[in-house]
Amino acid sequence: MSSVHLVNESMAVPVGWYLMLAAVLFGIGTIGALTRRNGISIFLSIELMLNAANLALIAYSRQLDQRTGQILVFFVLAVAAAEAAVGLALFIAVYRQRRTIDINRINLMRH
Amino acid sequence: MEMAIFALFALLALGSSLVVIAHKSPIYSTLSLVLTLFSVAVLFVLLGAPFIATLQLLIYAGAILVLFLFVIMLLNVGGREEGIPGGHRMQLATAVLGALVFTGMLWLLLRPALGGLPHAPLTEEMVSLTGLAQELFAEYLLPFEIVGLLLLVAVIGATVIARRPTPQELSGGGVAGAATAALPEPSHAAWAHEADRAGGGARPASIPGGSGSGGGRP
Repeated sequence: MSSVHLVNESMAVPVGWYLMLAAVLFGIGTIGALTRRNGISIFLSIELMLNAANLALIAYSRQLDQRTGQILVFFVLAVAAAEAAVGLALFIAVYRQRRTIDINRINLMRH
Repeated sequence: MEMAIFALFALLALGSSLVVIAHKSPIYSTLSLVLTLFSVAVLFVLLGAPFIATLQLLIYAGAILVLFLFVIMLLNVGGREEGIPGGHRMQLATAVLGALVFTGMLWLLLRPALGGLPHAPLTEEMVSLTGLAQELFAEYLLPFEIVGLLLLVAVIGATVIARRPTPQELSGGGVAGAATAALPEPSHAAWAHEADRAGGGARPASIPGGSGSGGGRP
């Protein structure tokens, strides 16, 4: 078990900065998901939020010197792939019927 | 050096993520998200997770966002976008809500970790792929298999949801036909027309008309 220091400690970036960046990215994603009306753009904002959460997980994994965070990110990636596939399929199905994916106009369940 | 790389790619991630939510065209949003994902992948490498960074580039940027681009081009969406109901005041309110979420996140995330340097120096053992694989396939084997199952179900589900209805279903025979029969007439007719056009000469010409007559409808 080698314990070579890969990074010069005096130059290291505090983990808190990564967490701050993750929070900012998550906030940007939240604002995007709330203000955009195009279904695809909302989806993209949600992907952004997922990615910010991943960054926080990796940062904590580094802070606590454990791999669990990385493994969690692995699962998040897989679930994001499944979510994107099903979500985009739903958009295609809605577009076939409504000719739009503007969520102001998708009110199939309201009537 | 590490600080410089962090600053560069953190700024890149911030800027490109702002473009993601601000640009009118979903195509540019998607391409900008690729840049964000790339920057975050670089940060993953800095944090000692090169394998996750590779996965991020391969799966996210390489597969998921290409899927997004495919769908955007297929649906030909973009350009004009209505504002949210309620106009500017409502938009402001949602932005404030987003900012509140952000502040809450910041507080939650930073409370335990503010300022401190990493707990331990980055060791080669921690970065190695072997260790990750051993943990993944020993301790987390069951979740791993379940994720495989989830992906299978997602593939089947996506195929079923997005597939073009068969002629029998269009004329009201199957489950999907019963669902579409309740739709307003114009969109239904346009859909059937498009299906016929896309399908070429293979479909009988009577099908769009037959679906419009509503013979199989309750």
